[in-house]
Amino acid sequence: MTPVVLAARAVPAAWWDLLVEPWGYGFMQRALLVTVVASVVAALLSCWLVLIGWSLMGDAVSHAVLPGVVLAYLLGVPFAAGAFLFGVGAVALIGWVRATSRVKEDAAIGVVFTTVFAVGVVLVSVTPSQVDLSHILFGNVLGVSDADVWQVVVLGAVAAAVLVLRRRDLTLYAFDRVHAQVIGLPVRRIGVLLLGLLAVSVVVALQAVGVILAVAMLITPGATAYLLTDRIWRMLWVAPAIAAGCAVVGVWASYALDVASAGLVVVCQGLAFGAAYVTARVRHRRAARAGRPGKALAARR
Amino acid sequence: MSGPAPALALRGVTVRYGDVVALEEVDLTVGAGEACGLVGVNGSGKSTLFRAAVGLVRPVAGTVEVLGGSVERARRAGLVAYVPQADDLDRDFPVDVADVVLMGRYHLMGRRRRPRPADRAAVAAALERVGLADLADRQVGRLSGGQRQRVLLARALAQEARLLLLDEPFTGVDAASEAAVTAVLRDLVADGCTLVVSTHDLTMLPALCARAALLHRRVLAEGPTAEVLTPDNLARTFGLDPPEAP
Ligand SMILES: Nc1ncnc2c1ncn2[C@@H]1O[C@H](COP(=O)(O)OP(=O)(O)OP(=O)(O)O)[C@@H](O)[C@H]1O
Ligand SMILES: [Mg+2]
Repeated sequence: MTPVVLAARAVPAAWWDLLVEPWGYGFMQRALLVTVVASVVAALLSCWLVLIGWSLMGDAVSHAVLPGVVLAYLLGVPFAAGAFLFGVGAVALIGWVRATSRVKEDAAIGVVFTTVFAVGVVLVSVTPSQVDLSHILFGNVLGVSDADVWQVVVLGAVAAAVLVLRRRDLTLYAFDRVHAQVIGLPVRRIGVLLLGLLAVSVVVALQAVGVILAVAMLITPGATAYLLTDRIWRMLWVAPAIAAGCAVVGVWASYALDVASAGLVVVCQGLAFGAAYVTARVRHRRAARAGRPGKALAARR
Repeated sequence: MSGPAPALALRGVTVRYGDVVALEEVDLTVGAGEACGLVGVNGSGKSTLFRAAVGLVRPVAGTVEVLGGSVERARRAGLVAYVPQADDLDRDFPVDVADVVLMGRYHLMGRRRRPRPADRAAVAAALERVGLADLADRQVGRLSGGQRQRVLLARALAQEARLLLLDEPFTGVDAASEAAVTAVLRDLVADGCTLVVSTHDLTMLPALCARAALLHRRVLAEGPTAEVLTPDNLARTFGLDPPEAP
């Protein structure tokens, strides 16, 4: 009997080690902090992006920052400055093209962001090897410096605070812009604020998961929360909570399995979305069977 | 001029959408505390007139004055409430009825729009007045068309505006609710509020509006309701082709 008992004790101990061991390393602590902060900020913002229908805008801004990041590396200025400048510039350019031509919004977004992104690709190819394209594209969260961490934490905290403090105006903006304008709220300024926060969130997110996957963090948590609840205040808790959970699991699993953390974090978010989707379907079916269509949430069709 | 400034004064207002002339040299004055019915066929410019009064469209000619000042000033002060004709609001938007009514008061609240007890009381009172008190916690999409119309009316009430612009508030509202809403609106007018209501429904008009205006891109007639709604005038208003026809 004794060996069996020992084995039974040893297994949980090994698991425990594997759970705890990674967090003993400084690089893992920094990776976790950066990923959690980025996930939470992006998740908060994603709630409004999903409701307004600006997901594609998140895609655009996250791609458009590429030349900004490359130029910042070359000039030796903080990458956040370059990224922010190009993110905001792309948004302005999209708005301008849309307002002054008959091209519809999605086409304007598509043309502008792919072009700006392509400029970034060209810039990378003509610069010497000090710019590692794959780090920009796919993130390099295991290699972030203390300075990077500080940048992310400060920017993230400011963005999250503004989002939370101005949440009611943002929700009204998403829901009924005409009414907001009629009661004298500065509608344009709220829109600009939202886009500015989008640029900041992208800057923060790309440190964690890179340019390509940043957009996932700006859409998936909000969409997931939207499936689970029909009150925005609950979404604003659910989305960051799920995103933070995915960040922890993703970063840990990337250590345990020795695979890319950015990819795993986003895969986790996708799995959470899948689980929420199934939950919503089941809830809808049950409510329909119980003859209470009023209780049926989301996942209607 | 003597007496208080009119609540709404349009002088020579022309509004165009591209090359469609929606309003042409419209003159219309609604005195403070009056209730004015705006009558016209589809496409006669009723909604456009409202949109001009809240600054959503800019006239190419003429002036619009609201409560003795510019449209912009009245808008900034939240003095005008506007209930659009068919709202194109997202039915799946994750807010409840009370949240929407509270949005009527954001201009009265602090920068963070944190509701104080007075705001909550105003929301409850507004919902009570339109008969939706028991639906306060329901998600806005899960309402009938008539109920949604009343939610937007409640939002306008909660706004504590001086001028109420209601664009066809009785479409999709049943007879009982129409009577209830009419009673609420008459109370408002009795309290000194000014009301402009557009409608096709001429039967309810005399009960609600002491004055009426017939619109057909221009104002065809304006005055006390009984004098305006003559068979002759109505034939002129409704017998005409839609204004966009050549
Ligand atoms: N956004 C727009 N773009 C172009 N033309 C418009 C627009 N909105 C209204 N129009 C035109 O302006 C004119 C007035 O329209 P308006 O909506 O003000 O009429 P209405 O009296 O409110 O009609 P209804 O009874 O159908 O609500 C119509 O000829 C209409 O075709
Ligand atoms: Mg209309």
